[in-house]
Amino acid sequence: MSALSFLNYWFVIILMMVGFYVLIAQGNLVKKIVGLNIFQTSVFILYISAGKITGGTAPILDTQWSVYSNPLPHVLILTAIVVGVATSALGLSLVVRIKEAYGTIEEDEIAQMDESL
Amino acid sequence: MLAVTALIVVRTQNLFAVAMLTGIYSLLSATFFTLLDAVDVAFTEAAVGAGVSTVLMLGTLSLVGHRQKKQRTVQIVPLLIVTVTGLILMYGTLDIPPFGEADNPIHLHETTVHYLEESSHETGMPNVVTSVLASYRGYDTMGETTVIFTAMVGVLLLMSGRKKDGTGGADDGE
Amino acid sequence: MESNPILRIATKIMTPYILMFALYVQFHGDYGPGGGFQAGVIFAAAFVLYALIYGIETARLVLPMGVAALCGALGVLIYAGVGIATMFLGGGFLEYGFLDSHDAEHGQHLGILLVELGVLTTVFGVMVVIFYSFAGRGRVEE
Repeated sequence: MSALSFLNYWFVIILMMVGFYVLIAQGNLVKKIVGLNIFQTSVFILYISAGKITGGTAPILDTQWSVYSNPLPHVLILTAIVVGVATSALGLSLVVRIKEAYGTIEEDEIAQMDESL
Repeated sequence: MLAVTALIVVRTQNLFAVAMLTGIYSLLSATFFTLLDAVDVAFTEAAVGAGVSTVLMLGTLSLVGHRQKKQRTVQIVPLLIVTVTGLILMYGTLDIPPFGEADNPIHLHETTVHYLEESSHETGMPNVVTSVLASYRGYDTMGETTVIFTAMVGVLLLMSGRKKDGTGGADDGE
Repeated sequence: MESNPILRIATKIMTPYILMFALYVQFHGDYGPGGGFQAGVIFAAAFVLYALIYGIETARLVLPMGVAALCGALGVLIYAGVGIATMFLGGGFLEYGFLDSHDAEHGQHLGILLVELGVLTTVFGVMVVIFYSFAGRGRVEE
């Protein structure tokens, strides 16, 4: 109850920290998008954890069960995942264009090129 | 295990390995979602995360090259920011209602109760997730569909332009 | 990869089943896990597999880029169209109960199926377009 009840949320926070670190510390643009994905997943897990009831079952109605986990977060996250992949595809296509324009996908090299212009 | 995979992703320099690890990471999180009773979400994550986005990542890497520049070992300032943010958030979790309790506010809210009790005879489908997705929250889902469509338009605009060296663009006559 | 007979035959055998599984996921979404989003992705995955094994040019003959893009637009149109249709039938936007004049529950069922079909079409079209544009871009010399 006491420590275990927060374990899930702390786990979410650790994942979020990893994603956040990748996002701000790594210079590679593809890596940054991967970091963004990790960050995203941590938020998904946070929502789904909030909807879970111990001893409950998946929200598909059936006469054998009476306790269901909350369906609302599931719906929100379901759409969020698909939108997430669409946006990361958009991000990756931006990376491809940056590679074609600058010849590199490292952030500091791009900044140098911009300054030397 | 999820966290371990995520940490390996941070350390790995070869971006192809990173792409494969992202796929594994998605699959692991899908199993985690199943454990948390979110079968629909797990299904989506397995199909989208492990399938499509890995392929997309590999497609990108074949275009931009898979070598990452050598990084300095650990950067102090970002690490500090991240740790402080994490600690603040952990302090915040102390106010979150405990995990898995049936009388948490989220489960007692009237929309949840309504969805679980009324949806079977209001929409006639046993899968509450589907009926909430398409019926009660139909506006939301329509918005999401439009967002995906917009993303497609964006990708088409960005990627269908002619390549600089002129060796065959993505689209001819699009 | 395009000359490996095992991969070619396996793809040939598996593609129809993947498509069928996608349709199952789509229409069984009311009773079990599944729905338009997942079905669309699986449907697209079948074409991605085909394109990976047989080459992107062959896949473009089967499903041209323009058609996929059209699918992406058509899905949104189906979704919004259902909404407009319910408005004409006397209800609010996306109020499926009015689709069937006798039984509101049947109307809901029909509405949800149609809307999910719209989602499927969009997701499928978008995923295929995104894959085509990434894969057809040409390689960078390293």
